[in-house]
Amino acid sequence: MYKYNDFDEKFVRERVAQFRGQVERRIDGSLTEDEFKPLRLMNGLYLQLHAYMLRVAVPYGTLNSKQMDMLAHLAETYDKGYGHFTTRQNIQYNWPELRDVPDMLSDLADVEMHAIQTSGNTIRNVTADHFAGAAADEVADPRPVAELLRQWSTDHPEFQFLPRKFKLAVTGAAADRAVIKAHDIGIRILERDGVRGYEVLVGGGLGRTPMIGKVLHDFLPEADLLPFIEATVSVWNRLGRRDNKYKARIKITVHEHGIDEIRRLVDERFAEIRPTFNGVDQDILRTIEAQFAAPEFKSANTDGFEAARLANPAFRSWTDTNLTAHRADGYAIVSISIKKHGDTPGDATADQMRVMADLARKYGHDELRISHEQNVILPHVHKSNLMDIYQILRVAGLATANIGLVSDIIACPGMDYCALATARSIPIAQQIATRFDELKLEHDIGELKIKISGCINACGHHHVGHIGILGLDRAGVENYQITLGGDHTETAAVGERAGPGFSADDIVPAIERLVVGYMDLRDNDDETFIQTYRRLGAAPFKDILYPKEKADAA
Amino acid sequence: MARAFTPKVITSNLLIEGDAVWFTAKDTWSGDIAEAEFLTDEAHADLRLLEANAQKNVMVGAYLADAKLGENGPEATHFREEFRTRGPSNYAHGKQVEQV
Ligand code: HEM
Ligand code: SF4
Repeated sequence: MYKYNDFDEKFVRERVAQFRGQVERRIDGSLTEDEFKPLRLMNGLYLQLHAYMLRVAVPYGTLNSKQMDMLAHLAETYDKGYGHFTTRQNIQYNWPELRDVPDMLSDLADVEMHAIQTSGNTIRNVTADHFAGAAADEVADPRPVAELLRQWSTDHPEFQFLPRKFKLAVTGAAADRAVIKAHDIGIRILERDGVRGYEVLVGGGLGRTPMIGKVLHDFLPEADLLPFIEATVSVWNRLGRRDNKYKARIKITVHEHGIDEIRRLVDERFAEIRPTFNGVDQDILRTIEAQFAAPEFKSANTDGFEAARLANPAFRSWTDTNLTAHRADGYAIVSISIKKHGDTPGDATADQMRVMADLARKYGHDELRISHEQNVILPHVHKSNLMDIYQILRVAGLATANIGLVSDIIACPGMDYCALATARSIPIAQQIATRFDELKLEHDIGELKIKISGCINACGHHHVGHIGILGLDRAGVENYQITLGGDHTETAAVGERAGPGFSADDIVPAIERLVVGYMDLRDNDDETFIQTYRRLGAAPFKDILYPKEKADAA
Repeated sequence: MARAFTPKVITSNLLIEGDAVWFTAKDTWSGDIAEAEFLTDEAHADLRLLEANAQKNVMVGAYLADAKLGENGPEATHFREEFRTRGPSNYAHGKQVEQV
C-alpha cells in the first residue's frame, strides 16, 4: 500500500490549513458565498438538500484498518454515525457542519487521506478493480499505475480548470470490475508475448448522454503511459466544449471529432511532450510498485473450511456468493455486503466500519477495498479463517449472502439527500431488496444487477445495470423509468429504455414481474438475466412490463 | 393576460449548519415552513427575496419555492420541497427528529 512521503504529507497538511482559513473567512463574512463555493468544492464540500456533504476519496478503493477506523471516527464525531460508499470509491458524509470540516480534513490527513479533487472540473479520484492485487485472473496489480496517475493529476497546473470533471479507471485483468468502458479514460494492463502494455479507452461515460469508451491505443508501451494520458487530457482541454456544460465531457469531443481525428491529435501532442518525460515517472512507478508488494501469504490447512461448508448451509450460501478466487493457494477474496435487505445500499455505520477494520487487522493482512458496487472487500483472507470472519460479520449485520444478486443494488443518494435529484433512489432499492427477500427467490434468480439513479446524472450507474431504474419528476410526482440490457463489464453496453415510466407505487411490482417473468423465459437455471435478454431481445420483457397495453392491442 | 402567480415562500440553507430554513415576515429564518411568510404577490415576493438575500452571512442560496396555505401556515407543494421540510426517508434524521 502506498505510503505518503514528506512531500505528500506537507502538501495535504498545507491544503487543510489553507481551507481552515477559507472557512474562517467565510464565517466572518470576508468571503462571499460566490467566492467561497469554488474553494469548498476544491475540497470535496457540497451543500445538499438538508445539510453539507463531504466527499472523501479512497484512492483506487484501497484502505488499511487505521484508515477505516478513521472513517468510523468521522462518522461518529461529525456526522450521524454512518457514511455512504459510492460508485467512485469515495465515501460521503451527509451531515457535517461547515465549521467542523477543517477538523475532519485534518483527522483524515493523520491517516494519509483527503478530499482533494473529489469535486470540481479536475481529474477525480482514480478508481481501480476492487480485487486489485488479489484476483486470480489478474495480469498485474492496477494500483501502482493508479497511484502514479493520482500523483501526476493532483494539483496538475494544466488540469485544474478542465472543461468538465474527468474520470480515470484502471484494471489489470481481462474481466472488467472497474467499469473502464464508462470512464473518460479507461486503462487495462495487458501482456503480449511476455511484454506489458496498456489498452487505453477514451470517451466512455454515463449521465445525460451515455457512451461506451472507444479504443484510443490498443497496446501502449509501459513507459509511454503518462505522456500519452497527458496528451489526451491536453487535447480535450483545448477542444472540449466550454460553451455548453452538457457537451463538455470528452465523450462528446470524441463523438463530435471522431476517434481517428482524436487519435491523430493525441499522437501529435504526444510527440511534442514525450521528450519532456525523461524517465523519472518510470522510476517513481518502480518505487510505488515496491510499496504494493503482496503480503506474505501463509500456508495452512483448509480442511476445516471444507467441513464447515458441508455442515452449515448458511455459511455455505455465504461462501457461494461472497467469495472470489484468490491468486494464492488456500486464500479467498471476501466481499462484505453492505446491502443487508432493507438497509440503505452503501451505508455502513461507525461500528460496522470498525468491525471490518478489525477483521482486516486480524485476518486480512491489514487490507480493505471499497468496490464501485458499494461493498467492502477483504482482499486477502486465508480460508481457515473464513468461519471466524463469517461469525463476526453476522453479529454486525454484515453477513448478507447477496453479492451479485438481485438485492446487491447500486443506488445513489437520490432525492433523500442530493440537491440535483429528480426522485428518490434509496427507498426503491430498499423495497426491492425487501420484496425479493420475502419471496425467497434471490438465489434461484442468480446473477442480476439492478442499479438506480435519482436523476440523469447516473451516479447509480443505471445505464449499465441489467435492469436500470432512473427516477424522474413528472409534473411534481416521482416517476421511474426502466432500462434493460445494460452491462458494466468487459462486454459493456448501455441499457435500452423499456417504455413509459412507473409511479413510485408501481415500480417495485413492475420489477418483480420482470424478474419472475425472466425465470419463465430462461432456457435453464444457469442462464442469467442478461444472457436471456441477449438471446430473446427486449420484446418479451416489454410484454411482461406492460401487459395491459398488449391486451388492449390484441 | 398576465400569468397567475403561484404563491411562494422563500427558502435557503443555513451557512454553518446547512439546515433548510424559511424566511419569516420578521426577517428571520425558521426551521419550520409553517412560520414562513406566505407570498401571494409577485412584486412583493421579488422584493422579499432581495431582502432575504441580503443576509448572506447567515444562509446560502435563497430562492422562491411554490407553497400553499394549510391549516397551520404555508406548506410545500412539490415533493422536493416537502422532503426539505422533513428530512430523508431512510433514517429519522434531519427535521423530522425535531418535529416529534
Ligand atoms: C449527492 C451528491 C452528488 C452530486 C451532487 C453528484 C453530482 C453529479 C453530477 C452533476 C454528475 C453528472 C456529471 C456529468 O456527466 O457531467 C454526476 C455523475 C456521476 N456521479 Fe455523482 N453526484 C453525487 C453523488 C454521487 C454518488 C453517491 C455516487 C455513487 C453512488 C456518484 C457517482 C457518480 C458517477 C459514477 C457519475 C457518472 C457519470 C459519468 O459517466 O461521468 N455520485 N454526479
Ligand atoms: S444520480 Fe442524480 S440524484 Fe443521484 S446522486 Fe447523482 S446527481 Fe444526485
